[in-house]
Amino acid sequence: MIFNIVRKELKSLFSSPMGWVILALLQFVFGTFFLIGVDQYFQTMSGAMRPEQRIGITAFVGQNVFGIASFVMLFAVPLLSMRLISEERRQQTLTFLFSAPLSITEIVIGKFLGLVGFLSIVIVFMAAMVSSMNLWTNVDFGYILSNVLGLWLLVASFSALGIYVSSLTHQPVVAGIITFVALFALLILDHFLAGDPTSTMAYLSLMRHFEPFSRGLMDTKDFAYFILFIITFLTLTIRRLDADRLRG
Amino acid sequence: MSTVTVEASHLTRIYGGREAVSDVSFNLSKGEVLGFLGPNGAGKSTTMKMITGNLAPSAGSIKICGIDMIENPKEAKALIGYLPETPPLYRELTVDEYLAVAARLHGVKGAQVKKSIERAKERCGLTEMSKRLIENLSKGYQQRVGIAQAIIHNPMVVILDEPTVGLDPIQIRDIRALIKELGGEHSVILSTHILPEVEMVCDHVQIIHLGKLVFSGGIDVLKQQRRGNKLLVGLNNPPASEALLAIEGVIAVEQLSPGLLRVRYNEGQSPAEALVQAAVSNGWGLHQINHDQTSLEDVFVQLTYQEAAE
Repeated sequence: MIFNIVRKELKSLFSSPMGWVILALLQFVFGTFFLIGVDQYFQTMSGAMRPEQRIGITAFVGQNVFGIASFVMLFAVPLLSMRLISEERRQQTLTFLFSAPLSITEIVIGKFLGLVGFLSIVIVFMAAMVSSMNLWTNVDFGYILSNVLGLWLLVASFSALGIYVSSLTHQPVVAGIITFVALFALLILDHFLAGDPTSTMAYLSLMRHFEPFSRGLMDTKDFAYFILFIITFLTLTIRRLDADRLRG
Repeated sequence: MSTVTVEASHLTRIYGGREAVSDVSFNLSKGEVLGFLGPNGAGKSTTMKMITGNLAPSAGSIKICGIDMIENPKEAKALIGYLPETPPLYRELTVDEYLAVAARLHGVKGAQVKKSIERAKERCGLTEMSKRLIENLSKGYQQRVGIAQAIIHNPMVVILDEPTVGLDPIQIRDIRALIKELGGEHSVILSTHILPEVEMVCDHVQIIHLGKLVFSGGIDVLKQQRRGNKLLVGLNNPPASEALLAIEGVIAVEQLSPGLLRVRYNEGQSPAEALVQAAVSNGWGLHQINHDQTSLEDVFVQLTYQEAAE
């Protein structure tokens, strides 16, 4: 049943130009950064005299591509997530889902997986792009895996927050703006509190938990943070939609 | 066949301290068409939302074919097809795509999906529109897609909230025929404020006013109430009313306009034949004789007004 919702979400994404345009633009941006990364590697590395300054091509290009990805997704996810529930509310199509033999949990998880599935396409393309360097050199697949996983968890967290905000309003644009601001604040939280590394607030920053992944370090506590983040916002969304049914 | 499909008991819904629906109970059996009547804001849509599980009742319970909507919402919802006031359409999809989504979400199995889409389209007259985007369809066709969506999984109970709004007269006739047809194998609940529609398609009528049921019964009862025991008689040379009162069964005569009389008679003793004979033999110049029907509107106003006066 969840699969049917996922299917429906993907269908609506691909039946409007929105889905295709965003896919194309993202691919263009990441492709450009990949190209620049490969291009600059030889210049930079030939300039780096001391051997300890030299880093592998995977890390160099990966930093370029995955570094920009976390920033670009900050714009892309709110654009996609804003419509998920608010648009259905506005077009009064939520009734359609509520009348079907589905629980609200299934609806919310289905919508979440639909969006994450769509964004996974982008991430898979990125991973394929970076891995393609393996044709000419030896690529550090562990590093790529860690980055892909980190980015995927980051994007899933963005989506979970986006769905929750979308469930609060009838206006997709309002949902989009609020999601963007909230995500932006969460990302740069640790910049504000850089002076105090032990601060609890800084610990909430998404970037702080993404950063180990981008260095190739997979830590359980970062996994736990992202998973909890996702579960929290999905639960809030379910509760919000349930309130519709109870309070009307 | 009198299997109960919908069983609503003591449904109450409170919105901010005001009772939008209060203590509504009814039963519906298989093969029956129930018409829900009421002025705007009477609580028709609220009741329907509660029956379909879109809104939780503040008190009371709903059972669909014996399955409780509150305890087992998934199983109960699988037996219902619902068309809300605004048809819930994904405008960016084509008719076929949309109906496929609807079929799958309602648990139609993979191989059956195509077949059920074809059947629903045929029933709603949408066969020509398969590849069109819903966005580009006219209001009437969108309404039909809404109905197709509600019957796609062949549910036990079909609930239609004002299904004929925005349709042209020919489409309205088609939809009414469809509703009658559905009534054969499913139970249908429809709400409307077009009164003749109720008379045409429904077996049972419920009139709801200010959240309360003010009338509930067979359409025959309503028709009876409507017909009354009155004849409208047009005479060119009307005699004195005593002459008419002499005819068996006549209890009162009332002059409506020169040459037009309303004759009341005792229940079951229609004086029509005797009246015609008398008119012929006495040369009253009979040119019209008819049942004097109170309009359904009058009955409706009467029922809702009575309640308000109490």
